[in-house]
Amino acid sequence: MHLTSPSFKENSARALADAPLQRALAKVPLGFIDKRRAAADALPEFEALRDKAVEIKNHALKHLDLYLEAFAEKVEAAGGTVHWAADAEAARAIVLDLARKRGAKSVTKSKSMISEEIELNDFLEQNGIQPVETDLGEYIIQLRHEHPSHIIAPAIHVNRDQVEADFRRAHADLDPQRDLSDPRSLLAEARQVLRRRYGEADMGITGANFLVAETGSAVIVTNEGNADLTQLLGKCHVVIASIEKIVPTLEDASQLLRVLARSATGQDMSVYTTVVTGPKRAEDLDGPEEFHVVLLDNGRSAMLGTEFEEALRCIRCGACMNHCPVYQTIGGHAYGWVYPGPIGAVLTPSLIGVEDAAHLPNASTFCGRCEEVCPVRIPLPKLMRHWREREFERHLQPAPMRWGLGLWAFAARRPALYRWGTSLVAPLLSRMAGKKQRFSSLPLAGGWTKGRDLPAPEGKTFMQQWAERRSAAGKAKA
Amino acid sequence: MATSPRETMLARIRQAAAGGVSQAERRKAVAARLAEHPKGIVPARGQIDREGRVALFTEMAGRAGARVQRIATYDALPGAVADWLRAANLPAEVIMSGDPRLAAAPFETTALSIRNGASDGSDLTGLSHAEGAIAESGTLVVLSGPDNPNSLNYLPDNHLVALSADDVEGAMEPFWQRLRMHYGEGAMPRSVNLITGPSRSADIEQTLLIGAHGPRELVVFLIG
Repeated sequence: MHLTSPSFKENSARALADAPLQRALAKVPLGFIDKRRAAADALPEFEALRDKAVEIKNHALKHLDLYLEAFAEKVEAAGGTVHWAADAEAARAIVLDLARKRGAKSVTKSKSMISEEIELNDFLEQNGIQPVETDLGEYIIQLRHEHPSHIIAPAIHVNRDQVEADFRRAHADLDPQRDLSDPRSLLAEARQVLRRRYGEADMGITGANFLVAETGSAVIVTNEGNADLTQLLGKCHVVIASIEKIVPTLEDASQLLRVLARSATGQDMSVYTTVVTGPKRAEDLDGPEEFHVVLLDNGRSAMLGTEFEEALRCIRCGACMNHCPVYQTIGGHAYGWVYPGPIGAVLTPSLIGVEDAAHLPNASTFCGRCEEVCPVRIPLPKLMRHWREREFERHLQPAPMRWGLGLWAFAARRPALYRWGTSLVAPLLSRMAGKKQRFSSLPLAGGWTKGRDLPAPEGKTFMQQWAERRSAAGKAKA
Repeated sequence: MATSPRETMLARIRQAAAGGVSQAERRKAVAARLAEHPKGIVPARGQIDREGRVALFTEMAGRAGARVQRIATYDALPGAVADWLRAANLPAEVIMSGDPRLAAAPFETTALSIRNGASDGSDLTGLSHAEGAIAESGTLVVLSGPDNPNSLNYLPDNHLVALSADDVEGAMEPFWQRLRMHYGEGAMPRSVNLITGPSRSADIEQTLLIGAHGPRELVVFLIG
């Protein structure tokens, strides 16, 4: 997808002024947050399961090469084929080659972020193969020529009336007088249209939530059942997954499944959790004749063994973005690449380079809600801070920001100077603010005061007030 | 000699992941985990007696939007299926899996028209037999295989599932153990389908709608 992370600031300004987007975003906190809370509260073992999930992913990452080898061996034993793709280009070439070998004209797809990452749809189209997204949200945004704005709810930025308009435009062969005012009729129409597409497809591409080393299985989770139809009816099932999706055993996958759906949608289990292993067996009456797994690295091995390794624990539930005040305000597209929200602010610099993604780790108030709800306890604020440090080291920030930080650092390392300075500035600002004790504009703080007032200091510094209270308390005791 | 993408990728990962630990030690850790498959934390919720599990499954499956009907024996199954179809105003036609327990049930005593095999998408109602169910989450476990074509789970509008009450387990884990016993360590049927309620989507304005690509109705006949 076209990278727009470098213009994050302009993207955000546009998002704030986009009325339909703001209408759609207002619904984000309503659904996801309460449902996650309720599901987590209903399972006494939830917090312990999160710890277990961390342990499993850490162990898998520490032994990733060996588990990948074990996985590949089992896939092949079950009659499948594993393809190794070091980068996006290699992955695209593998998929195209598989499609060409089967003479595929159209492929059905079940929602996959990896497919977005390697820009598979555009590539297939350029090569004369029609990709058909089957997840309802993905189908909607494919019709709109957009990209997902959320990792589990790709069309969360789209309103119902927009979907209706898109369907009327795309399904021109249907009765123009039909009533599509009810979301149910939209869903029924998508189902009917896509049923035909499944039948026409020569190949089905899905992602994977987990790859199980013990059995060579891919675990694929959906609520719609579209991944199951994609692999069942496609004759050739291709799983595209990144290397960190590996877990050792079925039991380990079960631990992670218990935190995945709860964190994502607040369900105990998603409707369909399917463990697929190899192609159709000789005696089976249905199922794909071929089973392929494309294992993608694309920058992940470079994160192993660094402070960013922890981000590879991510199981793509979306909880961090659902709970993020920045995401809730600007939506996913402003982040400018595949992964939005707090996890995107950490992953994007790792995968495409910090030069192009420099704004993202700064787009955080460090309120910490993302880390609080992350099922695999990724310390997202800490990792964003690491990126900010690297940006400073590499002189990626604008000069005034560097000077400001330099000045602050100089003072912060000299507590006496710092206290003296703040004891001069605090009363000054308090007097300048007048009766209201708020600034509606202030030099150098225009970015803040444009949207809201800046509260003025109360006249004394924290250290001064602390000293006064201590001495008052001392006197009271005496 | 040029190395394969596989070798290049694995070498890079090995170097980054190993962190100074010897390869022999790492191999030992991996072999042990794969052989022992430690269970981790299994929620206490499902660790109860048979009737408790059946009750919990019924409650949880109901919460996920499935209908659960308990009947005494397999002999009562054909009648229950026919009654359900009549009540739902559906044609008395079913595509049925070849599971021997279903084949042995007296369907000839009903007016149902039964077809066996995989579904081509034109069937309104499918009937399969579950390997078992998970009380903890109200989930059915349905295995693919010659007896249970996978298309029956996903293509018909109405998915009816026969489930023996003896096969309701507390959690997912006992099924992994059962599969190992049946297929051997590390081997699996093509697909293990964990199904919790009828298909749904919330992709339009986060409004939950039942009946996306898969069945609109999921009906469980719980036997015994």
